[in-house]
Amino acid sequence: MKETPLSNCERRFLLRAIEEKKRLDGRQTYDYRNIRISFGTDYGCCIVELGKTRVLGQVSCELVSPKLNRATEGILFFNLELSQMAAPAFEPGRQSDLLVKLNRLMERCLRNSKCIDTESLCVVAGEKVWQIRVDLHLLNHDGNIIDAASIAAIVALCHFRRPDVSVQGDEVTLYTPEERDPVPLSIHHMPICVSFAFFQQGAYLLVDPNEREERVMDGLLVIAMNKHREICTIQSSGGIMLLKDQVLRCSKIAGVKVAEITELILKALENDQKVRKEGGKFGFAESIANQRITAFKMEKAPIDTSDVEEKAEEIIAEAEPPSEVVSTPVLWTPGTAQIGEGVENSWGDLEDSEKEDDEGGGDQAIILDGIKMDTGVEVSDIGSQDAPIILSDSEEEEMIILEPDKNPKKIRTQTTSAKQEKAPSKKPVKRRKKKRAAN
Amino acid sequence: MAGLELLSDQGYRVDGRRAGELRKIQARMGVFAQADGSAYIEQGNTKALAVVYGPHEIRGSRARALPDRALVNCQYSSATFSTGERKRRPHGDRKSCEMGLQLRQTFEAAILTQLHPRSQIDIYVQADGGTYAACVNAATLAVLDAGIPMRDFVCACSAGFVDGTALADLSHVEEAAGGPQLALALLPASGQIALLEMDARLHEDHLERVLEAAAQAARDVHTLLDRVVRQHVREASILLGD
Repeated sequence: MKETPLSNCERRFLLRAIEEKKRLDGRQTYDYRNIRISFGTDYGCCIVELGKTRVLGQVSCELVSPKLNRATEGILFFNLELSQMAAPAFEPGRQSDLLVKLNRLMERCLRNSKCIDTESLCVVAGEKVWQIRVDLHLLNHDGNIIDAASIAAIVALCHFRRPDVSVQGDEVTLYTPEERDPVPLSIHHMPICVSFAFFQQGAYLLVDPNEREERVMDGLLVIAMNKHREICTIQSSGGIMLLKDQVLRCSKIAGVKVAEITELILKALENDQKVRKEGGKFGFAESIANQRITAFKMEKAPIDTSDVEEKAEEIIAEAEPPSEVVSTPVLWTPGTAQIGEGVENSWGDLEDSEKEDDEGGGDQAIILDGIKMDTGVEVSDIGSQDAPIILSDSEEEEMIILEPDKNPKKIRTQTTSAKQEKAPSKKPVKRRKKKRAAN
Repeated sequence: MAGLELLSDQGYRVDGRRAGELRKIQARMGVFAQADGSAYIEQGNTKALAVVYGPHEIRGSRARALPDRALVNCQYSSATFSTGERKRRPHGDRKSCEMGLQLRQTFEAAILTQLHPRSQIDIYVQADGGTYAACVNAATLAVLDAGIPMRDFVCACSAGFVDGTALADLSHVEEAAGGPQLALALLPASGQIALLEMDARLHEDHLERVLEAAAQAARDVHTLLDRVVRQHVREASILLGD
């Protein structure tokens, strides 16, 4: 489906909030969302969650013949897919611009920076090399796909183990995982992308934009660095005009962020390694189950039920009798009758007798003989029969009741009987006869 | 290629240039009569040809028209004989798409699109040697030839870093050596960077120097392009008999 357009109000709201240095989720300008890394049961499979953005990374390997002009190097292949479950706007045919941009960025970040030693992937020069394939799938899009994807890619590569190979003369032996432990890839450094979103022609900048912020941004600057503060890739996109010192400042911020994220990655890898070695449970199922409530338990509270009956009788004796329920139908107009209680209605002729306080039946009309309530309900003099009666109350809007010709005296009032005096509700329609409850 | 010194002791590069020198640039505007604007540029051995059509009515789906701005459409293709090995697919592959996207972003920012609402400007670039800088320079000249108003020239240049020195305007040999490469597109008057792209590892401390070298080279390109444009206008006015 087509992407839902962002309304102007929302756009303005977001931009104003950013001008005041406020973000929707309460982060500071340079804060990242929570990063969570979980591993699957196979080596090389991981899910990275950056806030709500989720990317699944999977690494696989295969023995192939090398490229002709690079006979001694292995092959690295990256593929990022925006799956249709990630956002309603992603459809098989419709994503090309974004897809091209993301894929090229991933390729440049990971391949051109030579983070993996491709020479070590060579088995027999010119004949057999390892082809490492990294597949990234976007599972949920909540902004900043690039960062999450780069973290997923590098984590999956670090986590992956390829089968061991030994070459003796002309003989190549490929060991299965059961025969010999698989071997990790040799990774020189871990490049991680940090995205900066620019707003208002470069006046404001945010790190790790979420989906709403991405919609209103002017452009994006992506800097990929590793923890040794080497810049692997810089890419500015979106047609923003940058100044040189902005770029330098962003690179400094990126250095700090990358150091934090790299630490997180190393810790996650270490944890997983430990769990596997100790024989504990690992895999996606383990990482998900903890968040669900499977049982709801409440402590039993002791209650003393020894003299319940006596207490109940006391309560009943002291209570006032319940209000009577009128069972006779009340005829308002020919064709309109009412049985029982109900909210006061504001239609119809009020044909009933005048003084009927203490009635349990709902909408009897009562005359207020000029008595003022302490809530300040005033009743103007009941004038001529046809004139509308105005009840004014400081708390209420002005209400004018137009009466039919015949019954001038039937006006809507509030009872002043000694029952509870509750403040009138704001809207006349909703006023209930409080006397009911007190009876 | 082992043993190839990209920067000799005396400070000379492989092709005899100094660190901050540009390659020889030759440019012509108005090479095609039928297009609204066209230009051809040679930067060393890299040749790029750009053609501009527009502003004209939106072709294809009217729905893509923007109510307040013009739509800029860029396509990039590289000749099959341009790179070391013959390329089989001149356009449609990822690199060409990406180049087209980047060109579009650069020019959308530079062209005053508010002046031509609901219209479309097409820029087609074909490059031999496929570097971004030559494409952008060619496209700038072509857009100027077509008379489309722009904020400023968009001048691009590449830069690299070898042995502690920043090199400007990399040739193919220097690019293939695998060091860090920076491509920068600049609006010279304000110094604003329209597009910045960098590959391969460069330590953060050296970033400033490389940026500065690229910016300076872009400004040199600007003086050259400026001269070309004035020359072209002078020739055109002579022909018109002013």
